[in-house]
Amino acid sequence: AALKGGLRFQVSAALKEGHVTPTELCQRCLSLIKSTKFLNAYITVAEETALKQAEESEKRYRRGQPLGVLDGIPIAVKDNFNTAGIETTCASNMLKGYISPYNATVVQKLLDQGAVLLGKTNLDEFAMGSGSTDGVFGPVRNPWSYSRQYKEKSVPKSCSEDEESNWVITGGSSGGSAAAVSSFTCFAALGSDTGGSTRNPAAHCGVVGLKPTYGLISRHGLIPLVNSMDVPGILTRCVDDAAVVLGSLAGHDPKDSTTIQDNFKPFELPNLTDVSKLSIGIPKEYHAPGLSSEILALWSKAADLFKNAGAKVVEVSLPHTRYSIVCYHVLCTAEVASNMARFDGLEYGHRSDMNKSTESMYAATRREGFNEVVRGRILSGNYFLLKQNYENYFIKAQKVRRLIANDFVKVFGSGVDILLTPTTLSDALPYMEFIKEDNRTRSAQDDVLTQAANMAGLPAINVPTGLSERGLPVGLQFIGRSFQEKQLLTVAKWFEKQVKFPMIQLEVKRHYHGAFQHQKSAFFS
Amino acid sequence: QKATVEVLDHLEHLALVDFRDAEGVERLQKAIQFAEQLHEVNTDGVEPMDSVLEDRCLYLREDDVTEGNCTNELLKNAREKVEEYFVAPPGNIPLPKLEERETFLQGS
Repeated sequence: AALKGGLRFQVSAALKEGHVTPTELCQRCLSLIKSTKFLNAYITVAEETALKQAEESEKRYRRGQPLGVLDGIPIAVKDNFNTAGIETTCASNMLKGYISPYNATVVQKLLDQGAVLLGKTNLDEFAMGSGSTDGVFGPVRNPWSYSRQYKEKSVPKSCSEDEESNWVITGGSSGGSAAAVSSFTCFAALGSDTGGSTRNPAAHCGVVGLKPTYGLISRHGLIPLVNSMDVPGILTRCVDDAAVVLGSLAGHDPKDSTTIQDNFKPFELPNLTDVSKLSIGIPKEYHAPGLSSEILALWSKAADLFKNAGAKVVEVSLPHTRYSIVCYHVLCTAEVASNMARFDGLEYGHRSDMNKSTESMYAATRREGFNEVVRGRILSGNYFLLKQNYENYFIKAQKVRRLIANDFVKVFGSGVDILLTPTTLSDALPYMEFIKEDNRTRSAQDDVLTQAANMAGLPAINVPTGLSERGLPVGLQFIGRSFQEKQLLTVAKWFEKQVKFPMIQLEVKRHYHGAFQHQKSAFFS
Repeated sequence: QKATVEVLDHLEHLALVDFRDAEGVERLQKAIQFAEQLHEVNTDGVEPMDSVLEDRCLYLREDDVTEGNCTNELLKNAREKVEEYFVAPPGNIPLPKLEERETFLQGS
């Protein structure tokens, strides 16, 4: 059976029918991780525990009692989620060697469903960044850098030019998770999304990236960046799979009092055929400065797709869009300043040898443990929170936040069901180009289209749409109403079906410890 | 608007994080400049928003102990400990003043 790696109908069915066993699946993924090590997607590979989990799963399948669709499915988790007994580093020196004493709720939920945790994925240090280039373990490489599609379109400057210098970034900060899913080393991965950190790398890596409504999924155990905006993100290869994972994660958690108490019912996505009752909003402000003409064209094409299928497509306005990045900048750094205060070396994490006084030990620990991006945001945040600045910056930003959130309320209140926007301004940049600008500049540029959804707490999803002229993935974003994930995903699934995004044709040089060469899918012919 | 050396020094004290070099200071100055754009927005009569879930009540658990007894687990991650105590260097000693401590800001 030609399994293209879909959870809902394909791999799970294969496991159930015994065409493949959980341990085989796990071993193949582990082997693939080894042969794609150059992508640097994983920080920690939990080989032993994964194989044990796979064995347990296999026993359940043999008894005919799998726990559910996720039983035996290999998954990866971004390294800012606590995982009991497994190192959790946030790609920072501050937490190198930190072994979590507990599982984040979302991790526990996946394990309770029988999922097999392959390892922890790479990210920007403490999830601060939009490239997955600023972690202490080095940058993550976009698997598409090694795709036939990209290689065909790139013109080598000279015969001896190595593909080494041409590789493109994954986007961030959940780049490791996106790369892991994109390169078939796992079926689903957890990311986090505070300003676009799941959707951005999803767009660049050609995978589905879902940001759920704030309050739907527990943040307990997710090392916090911005408490009022952080959400766990879901990365998969198709929309149906995202719905499955969402179903296993959503719902009230007594350990996270910011999760809503409404009853959540997991859902299966209907196969939408009639979109005539749908109203799609196109926010004009998302035609942002710097938006590539390619993406603009794709966005336009998508709008036409809906129009031609009978949906109502209207231009709408979210007037405060252009201030959301500034607002985010102030609120984010302020919350970061507070959240990063816990890292002082006393109870966990890195501790400096300096022991003259508590304060000097804290200062030295933080000096040694944090990179310049993190330090920069802490200092900025503290600035905005100074007594003389509090009203003019922090409170002011909170007011602007309300205006941004209200923009969405007005538009959804006017009859629009879903908003359609680009996810990123361009396709993935080559690493050498990306690092020419600093982290703050890049984040400010790259988060423009994604972070308003975090301001307003709305659900949003990146759906891979097409390939750019350089042969790299481009995605489009759908933003939905609060807690209306079912509607959002239903529309996304319909759209995914229409665009038929091509599968990555991963090509890896022979001299890389070589499990595969010209294979479309990691698993099947 | 630019942050003065006094403010920078104050920030290093509050944040217990250092600017490290000219770039670090420049980064802050740029961040402040960037944030100025907020003042273009008219927010008269607008209430600050703390959370998008402001219309709901936060969930509060019953005040019952449901887990704990994990002292050993938690102590495992600490570098300096004695019996069941985390060990800290002496407290109540303020960070040295600008002139006396090792900071990039000294030259300013």
